[in-house]
Amino acid sequence: MTIGIEHYVTVSSILFVLGVLGIFLNRKNVIVILMAIELILLAVNINLVAFSAFLGDLTGQVFAMFVLTVAAGEAAIGLAILVLYFRDRGTIAVDDVSQMKG
Amino acid sequence: MDLLQSLRIAAPEQLLSLSAIVLLVASAWGQTRRDARAVTWLAVLTLFVAAVMTAPVLFEGVRGDAASAFGGLFSGDAFAAFAKLLIYAAAGASLLVAPAFFEKHRAYRPEYPVLVLFAVLGMGIMVSAQDLLTLYMGLELNSLAAYVLAAFLKPDQRSAEAGLKYFVLGALASGILLFGMSLTYGFTGTTDYAGIAAALAEGTVSKGALFGLTFVLAGLAFKISAVPFHMWTPDVYEGAPTPVTTFFASAPKVAALALTMRVSLEAFGPQAAAWQQIVIFAAIASIVVGALGAIGQGNIKRLLAYSSINNVGFILLGLAAATPAGASAMLFYLVVYVAMTIGGFVAVLMLKDADGNYVEAIADIAGLSRTRPLLALGLAAIMFSLAGIPPLLGFWGKFVVFQAVVEAGMVPLAALGIAASVIGAYYYLKVVKIMYFDEPAGKVTGKSDMVHEWLLATCALFISPLGYLITKCLIALATVSAGVLFVAV
Repeated sequence: MTIGIEHYVTVSSILFVLGVLGIFLNRKNVIVILMAIELILLAVNINLVAFSAFLGDLTGQVFAMFVLTVAAGEAAIGLAILVLYFRDRGTIAVDDVSQMKG
Repeated sequence: MDLLQSLRIAAPEQLLSLSAIVLLVASAWGQTRRDARAVTWLAVLTLFVAAVMTAPVLFEGVRGDAASAFGGLFSGDAFAAFAKLLIYAAAGASLLVAPAFFEKHRAYRPEYPVLVLFAVLGMGIMVSAQDLLTLYMGLELNSLAAYVLAAFLKPDQRSAEAGLKYFVLGALASGILLFGMSLTYGFTGTTDYAGIAAALAEGTVSKGALFGLTFVLAGLAFKISAVPFHMWTPDVYEGAPTPVTTFFASAPKVAALALTMRVSLEAFGPQAAAWQQIVIFAAIASIVVGALGAIGQGNIKRLLAYSSINNVGFILLGLAAATPAGASAMLFYLVVYVAMTIGGFVAVLMLKDADGNYVEAIADIAGLSRTRPLLALGLAAIMFSLAGIPPLLGFWGKFVVFQAVVEAGMVPLAALGIAASVIGAYYYLKVVKIMYFDEPAGKVTGKSDMVHEWLLATCALFISPLGYLITKCLIALATVSAGVLFVAV
């Protein structure tokens, strides 16, 4: 069996759904949410690179490089905010992030 | 298309990035209160110069090839100029109100104006984008700066929580948007708006491209806080420092809505029927949820957050029409919305007790008309305008949107929108009732800053019947700008 574009898209869709579920179902730790976000971005990258190869067009690969760069910046800022939050509260459990609601 | 012309078209963006970088370096040396104030004034000056550079583009109605830069990735046309001027004004206002607020908490730092400048730069790129890649870079530059701004007030625990929530949901939104972009790219073979429109125009559209379109719209709905992706808004608006909330409710909303218009009408224009249903649902749901959610809120910032969800619904109604008249009505409503929002949050910033602490509970502003009559009058005018009661300008904003919707043949939609706006009037009027008819709580007695007073007065004058003097000119500009989006179709 040859591996075609549909296989890549299937894998990336599964990773994307896992990432989204990871954000909503996880009730334990905010770090897990950061990992889920990375998973989503990597799913997108698989898509972009696979489509790029499939279409014979370089744009997708360039786009993937930009996504990688931004993902690094995003993770840095996310962790910085998390550190600030941890200093305040002494916990990073998801259930405790609920001072404001309604 | 030579480089010099591209650089000339993107001149406001270069000015902003250069100024932001220089000020960032400067703020590494100057951390005193005076330095922070100086950096703030320089940032406001930069925004003013950028606005002066952008204005001619709007008045000349530049469009098409004359506006295209960097090989078609970026467009400095009249539509972008309209949105940018509004963004600069909103960002400038939220810079002016910041120092007094943060200094009360001993937390003002020169990084605040620098971050606002970076966010504004990102927003300028968003509204000028002609390619999904440019769009993404602008959006992320704006979002990354915004996450930090939400968590800026270190002494307040709610601020860090707001930053965390905004970050997680914002990153999820970016992920959904990116996934949609990757599918759009895969099934149309290009990331260029014009190319996508051309690919979608021919024959039947593949399921994959439709999936991509839906995901892109869902990601953008997060950014404009339209229902069903609105849940972060009240928490972030309440937790973020009030000047930052002023900023969030105005400038990024303008940028994200202008971006949504561009993507929907330019890139996905040929498939309007496919996204119209989504937009109609989001619009009606936002109006209803915004109106119902606000009832029973005890914090005035949360109330204004629901009010902004409600207003986004009305703006999206104009997009649902998918006509030039609808797009121009959206732009006009955006101008009125920005004035009302900034006025509303500045009024909140002026609510202080005798010790200068900020008051946010609605119960505490009871009888405000007797302790601070002018402030109560300003806040009441803004509430009446948000409710859409004539002769205030908020009415005219709603009127042009409904007119465009009716002209597009969607009478039931307009009727539904009008009915839902009546629900919204309830809680706006309740605030007025509390201020004017309840026993004074005697809490809000502190003096306000002069800058705040001037800003509130300006916004109140703009939404007062005096505002009608410039509506004709404003609608003409909005029509020219909105026309830019309909070139290809």
